[in-house]
Amino acid sequence: MSTVSALPGHRRHTGPGWGNTVVGIVILAVLLFPLYWMINVSLQPSGSAVGTPWLPLHLSFHGYSTAIGQQGRNLATSLIVALGSVVFSLLIAAPAAYALAQLKVRFANVVLFAILISQMIPGIVIANALYTAYNDLGLLNSIPGLILADSTAGIPFAILIVRAFMTNIPQSVIEAGRVDGAGHVRAFISIVLPMSRNALITAALFTFLFAWADFLFALTLTTTENVRPVTLGLYTYIGTYVNDWSSVMATAVLASIPAIVLLVVAQRYVAAGTTSGAVK
Amino acid sequence: MAEYRHLSETAPSGSPPRGAGTVQRPAPAPAVPPGESSPRVRRWESYRTRERLAQLLFLVPAVIYMVAFFGFPVVKNFLMAFQKYSTTTFYTGEAPWIGLGNYRAVVSSSVFDKALVNTILFTVGSIAGQFVIGLALAVFFRRRFPLNGLLRSLLLLPWLIPLIVSGAVWRWILDKDNGALNRFLAATHIATGHPGWLTSTSLALVAVMMVNIWIGIPFNVTILYGGLQDIPEELYEAASLDGASGWQRFRYVTWPMLRPVVSVVLVLGVVYTIKVLDVILGLTNGGPANASQTIATQSYHLSFQQFDFGQGAALGNILIAISLLFAIIYLRANRRAVDE
Repeated sequence: MSTVSALPGHRRHTGPGWGNTVVGIVILAVLLFPLYWMINVSLQPSGSAVGTPWLPLHLSFHGYSTAIGQQGRNLATSLIVALGSVVFSLLIAAPAAYALAQLKVRFANVVLFAILISQMIPGIVIANALYTAYNDLGLLNSIPGLILADSTAGIPFAILIVRAFMTNIPQSVIEAGRVDGAGHVRAFISIVLPMSRNALITAALFTFLFAWADFLFALTLTTTENVRPVTLGLYTYIGTYVNDWSSVMATAVLASIPAIVLLVVAQRYVAAGTTSGAVK
Repeated sequence: MAEYRHLSETAPSGSPPRGAGTVQRPAPAPAVPPGESSPRVRRWESYRTRERLAQLLFLVPAVIYMVAFFGFPVVKNFLMAFQKYSTTTFYTGEAPWIGLGNYRAVVSSSVFDKALVNTILFTVGSIAGQFVIGLALAVFFRRRFPLNGLLRSLLLLPWLIPLIVSGAVWRWILDKDNGALNRFLAATHIATGHPGWLTSTSLALVAVMMVNIWIGIPFNVTILYGGLQDIPEELYEAASLDGASGWQRFRYVTWPMLRPVVSVVLVLGVVYTIKVLDVILGLTNGGPANASQTIATQSYHLSFQQFDFGQGAALGNILIAISLLFAIIYLRANRRAVDE
């Protein structure tokens, strides 16, 4: 701890701190310009293909009404798939994390290594094989099919970060809960899960984001408009010649809302997730 | 405790002989809660069985899932690469075995060399860009200043929004005639020619790389910043006392201390970048004239546009092989570095 800068009020007098803040804001402005542009274009009146104004001075929600009219159903599909993936991923991952963290599984290292290796498998390889399997099982163009496929991102991630958290729960706490004859299941539900709340929330948030953002499985495992996540809706928008960018950008904004909400509402969980991303 | 000890001492002799082998096995004491005396050995055995059962119960769903959604696809893909798929395969169910025909076809195709070079350029370029900018920003954010935390969390946004959203937004920004970038370049007289970022064969790959760098910066900043925070302040103070300049402090304190984190970032970066699909499909769809086609996007095109799943699978397997090759080279280099 440098003594000079520790003096109270030191910064306020010399002001180097705020100088850095200005530099930081400029950097952020450059990096986040695309997001500003997305919002700006989404608020422009329709048909402004030529020379979008730099500021949304003539606010128009035309883009949003078109977007909701055309993509509302897809947004709902995305929401259902993402929520389904969260529930499914946690149901699978939380018990596994507990087993790997506390139950002295003989092949725990093998399982963990397999999880790490799974991250090297390209999504297109999974999609390639799943398409044929889904075709046989009748899971193409279905919500359960998408939930299962989208969880390929969430489940390994959830196992790793929840396990990392659960290894820190003292064995004695769990044993104490089992003295009255309660089995592992009871101990798991009544002690381990409540104690792991934060890790579970972080896992749930990221699983939601992964499934919400999924594009590859939406693209490959659906072929009709019946079940179409918004990411695919956006892609089909830009797949053809676009003459109404404000609707496209309004859809993009709507598709970004979960990320923005999560960052604002659940910032500390997001921070926890990004650092444990290194474990992944 | 005393009672406990007493119990475990008496247990082997006290319990009725039932299956000599079981009885003579020294019961590894503590597992059974004290006070529950009766036939200890059987209790221990059943305890162990129950433990095994619990382990299975908790772990099996995840193992089944991992096998079904990672193991099966790899095996299936491996087999598919030896089969001839066509548009009718999914109606007739016929996919005859053709040996190495698919591999021969994809490797000798004119797109393959281009896609391979593009994959390498895209991966190396993206990683280099993300890492250098990410490290610079991480070092910058290590300074203490007001709003530091807020700015750092806002920085995460490009990484949290869906990749296809980034693709759509950048597609409009990079538009040749009306895109924000070209309008800015023209207005500032940096480049008045309205370069076709996404439509010119010489620029498409660069543009796709630029966008991917933009997406990857937040991840790099976050992890590297975390690594920087773990470097003890005293090391910098000691270096300053020794009269080290800013660059020397970075070179002799920051860099060596940061190395483990750096390898994590780079390895993850390569593993994830090599299979990127969303960004490229959203921006250029691999075009124009395959100028931004990578092995991953070409595998997608073969399978899902031309319905030649056999060739798509072959290319997917080549992608896995490249990933593995990289991992092995990396592990070796790392071991050598550790040995030194």
